[in-house]
Amino acid sequence: MSGRIFLLGDDIDTDQLAPGQYMKGGLDMLAAHCLESARPDFAGSVKPGDVIVAGKNFGMGSSREQAAEALKHLGLAGVVARSFAGIFYRNALNLGLPVLVADDLNGVEDGDAASLDPVAGELKLTTKNHTVRLEPLPDNLKPMLADGGLVPHLKKRFAAERAKEAGA
Amino acid sequence: MASTLAQKIIARAAGRGSVRPGEVVTARVDLAMIHDSGGPRRVEPILKELGVGLFDASKVVLISDHFVPGDTDEGARILELTRQWARERKVAFHDGEGICHVVLPERGHLKPGMLVVGGDSHSPTGGAFGAYMFGIGATEMAGVLATGEIWLKVPGTILIEWQGRLSPGVLAKDIMLALCGRLGMDGGQYQSVEYTGEAIAALSMQERMTLSNMAAELGGQAGLIAPDETTAAYLEGVGGSAGDWRGLMTDPGAELVAHHVLDASALEPQVAAPHSPANAMPVTQAPETRFDVAYIGACTGAKYEDLKGAAAILRGRKLAPGVSLKVAPASMRDQQRAADEGIMAVFEQAGAQILPNACGICAGYGMDRLGEDVTCISSTARNFQGRMGAASSKVWLASPLTVAASAITGGIADPREFLSDREGVA
Repeated sequence: MSGRIFLLGDDIDTDQLAPGQYMKGGLDMLAAHCLESARPDFAGSVKPGDVIVAGKNFGMGSSREQAAEALKHLGLAGVVARSFAGIFYRNALNLGLPVLVADDLNGVEDGDAASLDPVAGELKLTTKNHTVRLEPLPDNLKPMLADGGLVPHLKKRFAAERAKEAGA
Repeated sequence: MASTLAQKIIARAAGRGSVRPGEVVTARVDLAMIHDSGGPRRVEPILKELGVGLFDASKVVLISDHFVPGDTDEGARILELTRQWARERKVAFHDGEGICHVVLPERGHLKPGMLVVGGDSHSPTGGAFGAYMFGIGATEMAGVLATGEIWLKVPGTILIEWQGRLSPGVLAKDIMLALCGRLGMDGGQYQSVEYTGEAIAALSMQERMTLSNMAAELGGQAGLIAPDETTAAYLEGVGGSAGDWRGLMTDPGAELVAHHVLDASALEPQVAAPHSPANAMPVTQAPETRFDVAYIGACTGAKYEDLKGAAAILRGRKLAPGVSLKVAPASMRDQQRAADEGIMAVFEQAGAQILPNACGICAGYGMDRLGEDVTCISSTARNFQGRMGAASSKVWLASPLTVAASAITGGIADPREFLSDREGVA
């Protein structure tokens, strides 16, 4: 799937991604206010397949996983950043949102047409004939992301355990 | 082999003799703490979908704090759902008794050497008790509640040693703002931050909790302090037990990611300018600023000792015209003790508004929020844009002493100028 790039800076925090005052409401409302203080045009213009490219420490702050869930809800193909805050990184992959680290983001501009392939570890800038290399996902997390996140992954594990018990 | 405190705790929880930094291991969880926001309303639908119950209800503690006091319809509904879940799932439940990170240790749930997960980013607070405690999101928490397990990439240790003693008027909060300024919001690299040295050994448990709490702002996974006699005395005082804590320390010669050595005696009170804790500077170098609100709240800055210190500065003094002081004691127990000792009366006489024992303005989930263009000085941990209210509001972070002094002058004030003839201030 392809889309466009939203280029953001360093230290994008979870209060920007999932503002506290909307945490009591549903995901539609929360997503509608995603990034409104940093990028007021984001929630209104993001389309399925779009990719966020950001600087270091993306997702710093709260453990609220709605920060990643809102991005997934808006149809984002994934987030590429120089680095991620630890809790956000785990949350995103648990929810099945690809998050990938890239050292070299030279040549990436806001609005570029792009397509993200998390498995191949590539962000292709389709109109620029340029591919950004992404660090491979950690081996221990690949099966979970392939299953679509932690819940489907655990479902599979429990089903296998039950089948084993039934067969024993 | 010389090991860090983090390695020792994780190895034990993973059923291993030893572990190396960088390895991925699966550990058994000794305790899981959840709150009303990331807790029942988020985890129960997942447990239902998985068709499983709790791995061990006796190892789960639920604390309501984010939507307390239920001042919106949705917040009240979430609190009701939280209470119902506590009854059905038969877990330990502290309802409206204070902020989870303060309530958990004060009710004796933590013990040195435990591996603990919390459904909140300030979960490193538990590291003050020598527990490897870290924050996770709700889906991951549902997985823990279902299996009793969690994976970890064994962290390296960033050892932060504070030599000498803090000067009067300088608190753990000032240490953390200075560290955020020096190391940055990702200086902790999602590793284990460990605090050590003479200045740390001299701190009370509540001050140590402030250090561990703000390991989150450094981007550490955990914020550890090796247990000692101070830890054991606190835990016995709350009806808990420190257990066998004596080997729980980082061995001399253990491999470290970094070792920072700093002079506590040279540290001045700090403030952090909007909108990042990393915008730290000494109060003596802060620019002219006028405040509308002074806020003493949060797990970081409104525990009993924070209240006591702030009250010692405020006693017999008046707030600057135009400044409103809001105080949200971090726990019911801390507020009761403060009331018994006349501390709450000082706030009341100063004209402060006393808010519930909850996350309050710091989380910004309820009705108490900062309005458009309001400038606030706050004892909380985070001043990200829009977190505590309108995107146009501006929050300066400081210690509770500096917040109290600033409430009196109306601008950024040096708390040391208010200490000279007073006792009882750390």
